[in-house]
Amino acid sequence: MTPLTGYLLIAALLFAIGLAGALTRRNAILVLIGIELMLNAANLNLIAFWRYSPHPEALTGMMFAIFSIAVAAAEAAVGLGLVIQIHRHAHTTDLDQMNRMKG
Amino acid sequence: MSFAFYLIAGLSVAGALAAVLLKNTVHCALALTVAFAGLALLFLQLDAQFAGFAQILVYIGAVAILVVFAILLTRGSETPKDGVYSRNPLIGLVIAAAIFAVFGWAILNSTSFLPHESAKPVVSVMDIGNALMGRYILPLEIVALLLTAALIGAVIVAMHEKDGAQ
Repeated sequence: MTPLTGYLLIAALLFAIGLAGALTRRNAILVLIGIELMLNAANLNLIAFWRYSPHPEALTGMMFAIFSIAVAAAEAAVGLGLVIQIHRHAHTTDLDQMNRMKG
Repeated sequence: MSFAFYLIAGLSVAGALAAVLLKNTVHCALALTVAFAGLALLFLQLDAQFAGFAQILVYIGAVAILVVFAILLTRGSETPKDGVYSRNPLIGLVIAAAIFAVFGWAILNSTSFLPHESAKPVVSVMDIGNALMGRYILPLEIVALLLTAALIGAVIVAMHEKDGAQ
């Protein structure tokens, strides 16, 4: 097994764990945690491909990962703000009980 | 594959599993921090020092703390009476397992096409800064705009509504 294969398998495993969390948990915050794990697994893929690419000095994968980290931070802030607002409104973070969009 | 890789990979996977499986939401957030730290160590193992430290600063320093704040503000640490998993957790598990199986099959089948050992890349933070200010200046500006919009949006969304504002 080459090192790159090992990193890709770990990234795939983390992605699957994050997806399972996002699909099976009831709490909206835990779903966001699962999404963060999936984004991180994608970042690991980008960095691993950058490291073993023929031209790492072009920095393409590294830049992709850095921008992805920035976008994930923005996503987390807005997502958690939405969860807090929904909790204030409906007094629950249980996704099964959030079944209407009317305010 | 070195021993350090297996150690760090095991730590990340254990942290991720705990973050997804634990019942108490605060414990989940703390386990998520362990998974983020493991991923930062994997980045450092891949000679991506800047990305590794950015991961520590952004994820452990900001996102994990934000998650803990959100849990405490929503009193999510109380375990709900009808369980922490959705009504049909098996479907989600099957989908995740199928996705992992497809990924694993694709990765293991393409081993011969993937690049093998390569020389350690010599990339300093100065090179990254030059690239950000040169070739990647437009994405950088767009990210700046996005972060500003997200900052304002998050504040507006989470702001207390005044009485009678509805």
